[in-house]
Amino acid sequence: MDLAYTPKQKAFRAEVRDWLARNLPRHPLASYDTREGFEQHRDWERRLFESRLSMVMWPEELGGRGCDLIEWLIFEEEYYGAGAPMRVNQNGQLLLGPTLMEFGTEAQKRRFLPRMAASDDMWAQGWSEPNAGSDMAAITSRAILSDDGSHYVLNGQKTWSTRAIFADWLFGLFRSEPGSTRHHGLSYLLVPLNAPGVTIRPILALNGKQAFAEIFLDDVKVPVDNRIGDEGQGWHVAMATAGFERGLLLRSPARFQATARKLVELYKANRASADRDPGLREAVCEAWMGAEAYALSAYHTVGRLAKGARIGAEASTNKIVWSELDLKMHETAMRILGARGELLADAPDAGSDAAGWLDGFLFAQAGPIYAGTNEIQRNIIAERMLGLPKS
Amino acid sequence: MDFTFTDDQLSFREAVSRFLMTEAAPEMLREIWETDPGRSPALRGKLAAQGLTALSVPEDCGGLGMDDVAWALMSQELGYYAIPDSLADAAYVAAGLIASLPAGCAGREDWLARIADGSARVAVGHAVNPLVADAQSADLLLLPHGDEVHLVPRALVDVIANPSIDLSRRLSRVMWEPSSATVAASGEAGRRLWADTLNRGVLAVAGQLLGLAQRMLDLSVDYAAQRKQFGKPIGSFQAVKHHLADVATRIEFAKPVLYRAAHALAHGRADADVHASHAKLACGEAAWLAARHGIQVHGAMGYTWEVDLQMFMKRTWALDAAWGDRGFHKSRVADAVLADGAELGPGHTFKE
Repeated sequence: MDLAYTPKQKAFRAEVRDWLARNLPRHPLASYDTREGFEQHRDWERRLFESRLSMVMWPEELGGRGCDLIEWLIFEEEYYGAGAPMRVNQNGQLLLGPTLMEFGTEAQKRRFLPRMAASDDMWAQGWSEPNAGSDMAAITSRAILSDDGSHYVLNGQKTWSTRAIFADWLFGLFRSEPGSTRHHGLSYLLVPLNAPGVTIRPILALNGKQAFAEIFLDDVKVPVDNRIGDEGQGWHVAMATAGFERGLLLRSPARFQATARKLVELYKANRASADRDPGLREAVCEAWMGAEAYALSAYHTVGRLAKGARIGAEASTNKIVWSELDLKMHETAMRILGARGELLADAPDAGSDAAGWLDGFLFAQAGPIYAGTNEIQRNIIAERMLGLPKS
Repeated sequence: MDFTFTDDQLSFREAVSRFLMTEAAPEMLREIWETDPGRSPALRGKLAAQGLTALSVPEDCGGLGMDDVAWALMSQELGYYAIPDSLADAAYVAAGLIASLPAGCAGREDWLARIADGSARVAVGHAVNPLVADAQSADLLLLPHGDEVHLVPRALVDVIANPSIDLSRRLSRVMWEPSSATVAASGEAGRRLWADTLNRGVLAVAGQLLGLAQRMLDLSVDYAAQRKQFGKPIGSFQAVKHHLADVATRIEFAKPVLYRAAHALAHGRADADVHASHAKLACGEAAWLAARHGIQVHGAMGYTWEVDLQMFMKRTWALDAAWGDRGFHKSRVADAVLADGAELGPGHTFKE
């Protein structure tokens, strides 16, 4: 156990910190759930990419820097510590990217990954369907191979696709073997959202913005070159990227440590009123402890991975911890803000210390639901980590 | 940056676990409960023969010189098997304090050698604990008088036993008169010794709580997998699964908190207090939840004397407030987190 950073790690931290200090947007970007904000965030992603900071763990030839997981944690700490913008293309970069690296052909990697790192292509995910939510293997959207074997014809409906109305591409699972059921006969396909037959209808989220969409596919032609992995192996391809990587990469501890720090500041600034509720001081301290525990767990896990350990179902504990921590922290902030909590950001009497908490509170409601509900995660922990019998 | 254990540390833990599995079985715990001192010289002898009493005694005094980080693993095993012996008090907490005394002071080398070979039982009093564990059977007591550290032979104290719900806990009120003959440190030196001793006591208990949590989880998983109702194992029902998944999650996220605290203490870091308190809270909450959900999953069987779950639950309830109750540790965390100029947030997890 050696808890000192190496000179190389320190130098990397200093470089990222310095870059952010020079390049952070002077004014907060508009919400990336709006067209204007989405494009602002895309521009920001391009600036990160130009300095090879958008995907630091990716190899250099794909637009990254070949950083290891510790350096990635350092990057995240500096990034969220500086209050840098939310990452608008994360679903593609973190959910599809690793899958392409593992299962994509060389041509597919060259075609998609550098443009993904640069956010020239913005990606939306196409997993859920109206009747396939937690039960994702109930997917019914079809992909029928053409007689000449050159393309698939897609029909069906995907939903809860984050920011799909603004995105360029969709990645998802489709039933390519007629009559197949459950996990069998699915193929992993990449679908350009400007293809004929694609209709995208926005769904207004809790914040009133077009945060996600449903996607209708009517005889959409997709070349077979857009299939990742073998036909019928889609489920395996989608699941093979370790749950740990998805869970941890998608939500690094730094983000929650930054929220915990902000919560401590909010509490201190409102202490006179907050202390009338004896539970608030404890909730604030618990937020710090929870965020620290998540960070410590990440360093411990990353170290074990570096030594060749394999992380299995215990990855599901990550998802539960960060989503419930995030919810608890935002609930605590709302309680501290009291009667000001309900006010929108531009309300004249909201107060500058309220900035961001209401938006974050709304978004935190989704945490225990997306990326596999926490009930599903608890089932996974019970069955695969503890070995309890299936229902 | 490497926040993991070495292979040596992990295999040592494995060896300790295998040893305790046979030497500290639940039936043996029950037998020792029935004895008057509640302690088994035979068990202590076996622990010593394995070198476990010598773990943190410095090498030049016949010990193995292991640090707090090694104890973070060791203490989990002591908790997992709920051993009816105050091994950690003597071999870790007391040994740490005595080893920190100046050479030649108060019989330092003799006591350390006797701790190492298992011939001395040492009890530790601290202002944070109203009673002293294992005072009755101790050869030596380390007792505070203000900032002063006294090394007091058993013959110079009177003890009044205070029975605990955990029959393996032997707590006493200790009455004694401080004298210049027993004082080993005072003033700033004494204050520092007690501060380190407190943190070691906290970590020893935190590690045991974490081990207890794991044991109660394992017992509950086994029970839920074999007990059938409605024609199926009760462990196939989501309500039961989710109870146990929550316990597993708490345990996973308490471990690294304990490890960071142990590292901070081993390296004499100024922030060791807050990390130790965080560890005690995290491990205590994991164990408390494992007990609550454990008894729930066991149903009425969990409420019986017969089922082994009881000995781990009772140790948990007992240790939860040992070496500082939750209020004490929450206050230490709050003082650090809410302090002016506290360095919080991303990038401050491992300070230089």
